[in-house]
Amino acid sequence: MAGPSTGRPPRRSRALGSAAARLVFLGPGLGYLIVFLIVPLALVLSYTIFKRGRFGGVVYEATADNFGRLFDPLYLDIVISSVRTAALTTLIALLIGYPTAYVIALLPRRWKTIALIAIVMPFWTNFLIRVYAWIILLSGPGLVNNALTGIGLIDKPIQLLYNEGTIVTGLLYSYLPLMILPLYAAIERLDPQLREASANLGARPARTLLSVTLPLTVPGILTGCVFVFVPCLGNFVVPEILGGGRSIMAGNLIRDQFLKARDWPFGSTLALAVVAILIILLFLQAWVSRAYGGIEGRRA
Amino acid sequence: MIAIPKAPAVPQTLVGIQGVSRRFGDVVALDDVTLDIRQGEFFALLGPSGCGKTTLLRILAGFESPDAGGVTLDGADLLSLPAHRRPINLMFQSYALFPHMSVVKNIAYGLERERLSRAEVRSRVLEVLETVGLTEQANRRPHQLSGGQRQRVALARAIVKRPRLLLLDEPLSALDKKVRAEMQLELKRLQHEVGITFVVVTHDQEEAMSLADRIAVLQSGRVQQIDAPVRLYERPGTPFVADFIGANNLFEGTAVGGGLSVPGLGDLPAETGFAAGAPALLGVRPESVRLGEPGVLRGVVADVSFYGGVSHIAVRVAGHDRPILVAAQGPTRVRAGAEVGLGWSASDAVLIAR
Repeated sequence: MAGPSTGRPPRRSRALGSAAARLVFLGPGLGYLIVFLIVPLALVLSYTIFKRGRFGGVVYEATADNFGRLFDPLYLDIVISSVRTAALTTLIALLIGYPTAYVIALLPRRWKTIALIAIVMPFWTNFLIRVYAWIILLSGPGLVNNALTGIGLIDKPIQLLYNEGTIVTGLLYSYLPLMILPLYAAIERLDPQLREASANLGARPARTLLSVTLPLTVPGILTGCVFVFVPCLGNFVVPEILGGGRSIMAGNLIRDQFLKARDWPFGSTLALAVVAILIILLFLQAWVSRAYGGIEGRRA
Repeated sequence: MIAIPKAPAVPQTLVGIQGVSRRFGDVVALDDVTLDIRQGEFFALLGPSGCGKTTLLRILAGFESPDAGGVTLDGADLLSLPAHRRPINLMFQSYALFPHMSVVKNIAYGLERERLSRAEVRSRVLEVLETVGLTEQANRRPHQLSGGQRQRVALARAIVKRPRLLLLDEPLSALDKKVRAEMQLELKRLQHEVGITFVVVTHDQEEAMSLADRIAVLQSGRVQQIDAPVRLYERPGTPFVADFIGANNLFEGTAVGGGLSVPGLGDLPAETGFAAGAPALLGVRPESVRLGEPGVLRGVVADVSFYGGVSHIAVRVAGHDRPILVAAQGPTRVRAGAEVGLGWSASDAVLIAR
């Protein structure tokens, strides 16, 4: 590699060669993105301005009705409550995830690996099966109720399933690892000498956490929050199974528009609204992260 | 095997380290280390990497605890205090400045932990900023500063707390040569000004020699010698110190009346307090060796290097595996290949037990 190379090909053919190489490397990924992301997204985008077909599909007559319906309180409430549920789930995930990630980051190397594998392990089982398992746990004659009646805390089984709390529990269970992993990465990357310096200057451990560790892991916190919030907002399996099948989240609503109401244009419009919310959030996250990134990248 | 010269009666001991040992798995970092650090002195822990000096520093700071032994500060037990309650500050080798805080906030951080009034924090921060000459950079972030400026912030952050003891971990190693010399002077001036006891940890003997009042040389977790720089240089107490500190010509042999008897080379002159027949090492510094007739030894000049103020001449002597180094003032007339005599006065050579 080092030293002047002899027999270097002329400039133009080298440039051509590197362009060809770039195409070869980028091709598969680019093709995948175009076929499975750009084209479907463009279709969804275009459906929003057309009328619905009677049995699904679209009639190519332009209309703005779909956007008007978006602000119908019936639908608006569902979108707002979905955002609330997703936000609540994200907040709880952060409160549980941060201490967990913190402790894992401080474990000896061998235990770290074991803990991380344990965090990722649930992903090895089918998502649906894991969600169904919660029904067995929480149903009337389920484990939790049996245990509670067993120790005499309650007289008869209580209704644990089919409410917002159940949905939050299910979503939290499903996406907590997506919070813990980026947090772990952020905390692990932090120079341990910064914590030592803080202690050396007279800060108790709690002060060190608040003034040094937390502010310096903000990018990780934001990444974790986005990783949890995004799939929560679009999820329709958990509300369907643990929420009793009522359309109480945006994900279900969109699916129902396509599969039950056969209103593709309105379904598309709803989907677009959710995508728009997420894009705004991602920009926000990128913006805040960059403000912190300059610091993190060049550690003093 | 190791002779530690007894330090003279200590006037005021600030830190007392008694029989401290620490091992990490199979590695012995510190092996029964005992030493005293006096009030107001500039003390250096010197040794090659892995000698345990950093572990000792971390024990003093409270980030590490010894397996055995005790440490006192002003006569009171130090080890039972958690790191954040010790009146000891550390300047980290990597500086460990908080990247999300400005220079002022970094420096104020320690004072804010002491529940001082805002006005007092402010005035002390400004005062120390002036001391280290960073008033103009007060509102910058660490990544906007040069290496030397970062170091000043780290230093300011540590001294603003007015600790009983200031620890400095390899304070000059990350700086380039010019800034180094500046900082070296500044550290000495500062130590004089603030009157805080400094302990510097370093692997660089020049750094230790130029800064410290006393130096403890550590090797493999053991204290080899504790002495003032000049004594350490002139009267090394162990073979390790004789070889580690500065350039030295060393001969192995047995003590005789006027010096050391070396097989194959004969009797070499040295001041001796050793019983005849005791195994010993003779050390003579290059600048104490004279070229010319008549010599104690004869050899052939292998190499001459001229450094401006001083010339280094390497002389091969039959029967000795390392060339004898001679330092002569100014340019020298000897040329490689010439046969020369080598001599020194007995008072310039030292005998070391081995």
